[in-house]
Amino acid sequence: MPVVRLRAPLSELAGGRRELELEGGTVRDVLRTLEDEHPAIAGWILDERSTIREHINVFVNGERGREDTSLAADDRIHVLPSISGG
Amino acid sequence: MTELLVGTKKGLFALQGDAGSGFEIVARAFAGEPVEFAIRDPRSGRYLAAVTSAFYGPKVFVTDDPAGEWEQAQGLELPEGGEQALKRLWSIVPGEEDGLLYAGGDPGVLFETRDGGTTWELNVPFWEQPTRPEWNPGAGGMCLHSIATWPGDPSRLALGISAVGVWLSDDAGETWRHGNEGLVPRYVPEESREDTLTLCVHNMHRHPTRPERLFMQFHGGVYRSDDAGETWVDIGTDTGLPSDFGFPLVIDPQDPDSAYVIPLTADLDRVTPDGRVRVYETRDAGASWTARGDGLPAEDAYLTILRQAFGREGAGETMGLYFGATSGDVFGSGDAGATWFTAATKLPPVHSVRVA
Repeated sequence: MPVVRLRAPLSELAGGRRELELEGGTVRDVLRTLEDEHPAIAGWILDERSTIREHINVFVNGERGREDTSLAADDRIHVLPSISGG
Repeated sequence: MTELLVGTKKGLFALQGDAGSGFEIVARAFAGEPVEFAIRDPRSGRYLAAVTSAFYGPKVFVTDDPAGEWEQAQGLELPEGGEQALKRLWSIVPGEEDGLLYAGGDPGVLFETRDGGTTWELNVPFWEQPTRPEWNPGAGGMCLHSIATWPGDPSRLALGISAVGVWLSDDAGETWRHGNEGLVPRYVPEESREDTLTLCVHNMHRHPTRPERLFMQFHGGVYRSDDAGETWVDIGTDTGLPSDFGFPLVIDPQDPDSAYVIPLTADLDRVTPDGRVRVYETRDAGASWTARGDGLPAEDAYLTILRQAFGREGAGETMGLYFGATSGDVFGSGDAGATWFTAATKLPPVHSVRVA
């Protein structure tokens, strides 16, 4: 299964886990599985439109991914805040 | 001892002190996150904060101790699978039934809770207003910032939205209608003013002892309604204000003829006029305004005070008034504006001020 890596505060919402194996064929599927297993994280990465929030970056094996990016079983997904801010 | 809840660009600050002296920071929560608004519900003692993370979206958190753990409230979201997402939460207001509170947000949405703030539901009739596709946001987004309840009657509500005007309900939010007659949007051509929906309300408050009376700071204009928001009369022209542009507004709950505003120079120059910080008070329902600046910066002070950054406690001659600026300064008065003191300086830009 794809592996998702999280940092605080997202990892805290996922039960303190920084790395999780999650089922799904796309980035959106995997993030939905994450929400199902850890409901506290719902709304923090995907918004109501099932869109990755504007200032969050998702990387798949080091490359920028989007909601519909396809995943293989051994893919690694990093969820990171962007470098925007003020 | 007065406790202030100051929402800032970089977290929530709880300050404690007495009128006339500097206040002490006793708690900071949501470090680094924009806190748009925070209140303490006087009925339950519970604190509620609207936090809009740039990364993780808008949330409401609740606690019984602002220095302790905060719990995320649930249900503050738009319908899944739609074309819009909730962008920001601007206001939280206690309702007229036990456990009932309202929250207003961007894009022009109203939420309700009946359990004191733990779980919320979208007001669907307002979300499904047929004219919604024609609505336009103000510079701060399409923010539903003013929620005026009717003391003792939970069925009657008035909403103020930038920039979709005033909305009224007589059935607890099941149906809604406009309340905009008399408002003059000088920022649209004269020939378009009668039909436009783009009415930029900046702040609106109902008087608790004469609830058919409301006061409003508009985007260029100060108004009063004596018929529960159906029609509005101009009280900002030739009445003694240096400008009729500004954001926040406060009333004295003991005096239905009272209101306080903090004028800014103009919509294209949103700072205190002439480098002087002054609050303006009316005690004759807007027929005249008097400057209240004793103790406030009187020169070289070009401050911006945002729409939720002016709060009060008590009433009458000893009413406390507190406001904050984007400069990070917070000012207070313990005598209804007659004299002022500096409560705090060097905070992050202030979004909201409320007395706990």
